[in-house]
Amino acid sequence: MTPDLQCTNLTKQFGDSKAVDNVSFSVPAGSFFSILGPSGCGKTTIMRMIAGFLEPTSGDIQIKGKSVINVPPNKRHVNMVFQHLALFPMMNIADNIGYGLRRAGMHKKDIGFKVDEALERIGLPGIGHRRVDELSGGQKQRVAIARCMVLEPDVLLLDEPLGALDLKLREHMKVELKNLQAAFDTTFVYITHDQSEALVMSDNIAVMNAGRFEQVGSAQDLYYRPDTAFVAGFVGDSNRWSGKVVKQDGGNALVQTTSGLTLRGATHGRTLSEGDTIDAFVRPEAIRIAHNAEDLANFDNQISGTVTSILFNGAASRVMVRDTAGHEEVAVSLPQSGEFANLSKGAPIHIGWASDQANCFAAGAA
Amino acid sequence: MHREAKLGLILLLTPLLLWLVLLIFIPHIDLFLVSMRERVGVGQYDLSFANYLTFFQEPLYLATFLRTAVMSIFATILTLLIGFPVAYYIAKMAKGRTQSALFLLCLVPFWVSELVRTFGWMILLRETGIISNLLQSVGLASGPVEMLYNDAAIMVGLVYTSMLFMVVPLVTTLESLPDEVVEAGYDLGGNGLSVLREIIIPHAMPGIVSGSIVVFMLCLGNYLTPTMLGGKESLWFTELIYSQFIVRFNWELGAAFGFLLLILSSVIVWGMLRLTGQSLEKTMG
Repeated sequence: MTPDLQCTNLTKQFGDSKAVDNVSFSVPAGSFFSILGPSGCGKTTIMRMIAGFLEPTSGDIQIKGKSVINVPPNKRHVNMVFQHLALFPMMNIADNIGYGLRRAGMHKKDIGFKVDEALERIGLPGIGHRRVDELSGGQKQRVAIARCMVLEPDVLLLDEPLGALDLKLREHMKVELKNLQAAFDTTFVYITHDQSEALVMSDNIAVMNAGRFEQVGSAQDLYYRPDTAFVAGFVGDSNRWSGKVVKQDGGNALVQTTSGLTLRGATHGRTLSEGDTIDAFVRPEAIRIAHNAEDLANFDNQISGTVTSILFNGAASRVMVRDTAGHEEVAVSLPQSGEFANLSKGAPIHIGWASDQANCFAAGAA
Repeated sequence: MHREAKLGLILLLTPLLLWLVLLIFIPHIDLFLVSMRERVGVGQYDLSFANYLTFFQEPLYLATFLRTAVMSIFATILTLLIGFPVAYYIAKMAKGRTQSALFLLCLVPFWVSELVRTFGWMILLRETGIISNLLQSVGLASGPVEMLYNDAAIMVGLVYTSMLFMVVPLVTTLESLPDEVVEAGYDLGGNGLSVLREIIIPHAMPGIVSGSIVVFMLCLGNYLTPTMLGGKESLWFTELIYSQFIVRFNWELGAAFGFLLLILSSVIVWGMLRLTGQSLEKTMG
């Protein structure tokens, strides 16, 4: 089956700098694909090239197997939900949704019917006569999506559309967007700098940095098996240590950090040899915390230390633990099941993690 | 309201009220009273409509009046047609320094008086002027060409004088149109024409209307440009008013003409607002 969207060796050069550097990916029909990256990484440039507002310097974009290079935006079966939604303030809601259909030359009666159907689908029936500024943020969001979806595009592009919403509504819209995607059964390409949006909604995520794709994979892949140090650092939180490989055997490496802490990590197939400088990443939530050292018997990294501070943040609470020798401070997730409720600053504590949870990357990669 | 606050409000309003009363209300009331009297003997006046009657009985007055209105409307439309692309380019396409430079270029001619600007046009257009000489030297004309003292010259002068007052409100409204909205128009299948008609013009409507009102009033009340570029035969209504007041010393008729001009501009502006579905608060606010 031909993918809905395929980009091959896509490059965009602005002056001397490459905003997008030789990026290739394909998005299968009906899937939710996200491009995740910090601002300025080139993700908006990719989006605008797919929509047709920018021409790539080189490379090809195919939609449903057909190249769309040199096809103007109004002739592409791709629609875009803009960052600030770009609803037309001079029209009411029904005219906004019907705009594309009118442009396509559809009969007036059919437009009315289709608009009503779309409003029904987004759960806002009967608001067609209202003005744009009478709607709430979440309603505008849904109207902006409906305005594109009535045109039945092959691919829907979404350019950080949740950025302007407040936190609670954003959480709600994440689920809502995923449901809308399932309801319309259309391919979504979503760009964001917010990893939680990408992780929750996407079938596949591309992590982008400095014009290149660092890794493309499912949310679980990116989280558990980052390919590069950038991905390990960008997706989720991590304790990050620089150090040297002391001993290397198979997939495991014995590492000494610059401050002297010794730990076991995994290379997950990357070639590292003894003496290499590396960066090691361990997620706070991958570290087990215990009152007794015996509880950690099955972990090959075990550290005893004291609590230096407690950062309470509900479910995302952390404790900072300094090892007895005083080399490093380690951030550890604090389980909220009650057994550590009385933990206080200065208390002795034991922490441990499995070596394959410590990802080691050659230094200098990011 | 507290007494202090009340006093403060009165003090703040005083300059405005003084300005309104002394410079707008009193002169107009006086003008109206002058226009409503008829001289029956030396120093003797009667209340009558005779001055207004004269206006409607004399075809030249009426013709000049209508001609001034039609030409002003035409000049306004022309200014809008030329000013809109200019404003769109300045507001949406030019970026950074080019933008301010272009805006400044629109402003520069207004650093000199209207008189000097109009003389500039006379140097270009007169029989012995630059364009005439150029045409002769190239061989397109066999003798001197007179391009002054006709309606086209008046029109050129009016459009030139009014351009800034159209461009400024247009740039302001067009700048407030997000690029995203225009892009969305294209993205959803619109072409240049339909995006212009359905998105850009509706958005710019307040600017179009306020610019048009200002330009129209400036044209209607202009004296210098029609007189200098149109010559003696230019038949601009303000010239009639001038000649009644200054040349014929007939203040009564002059005042009546002045009042008719005020009514004309009010009616046309009101009609324009009704036609475009805009309100004065919306365009001026």
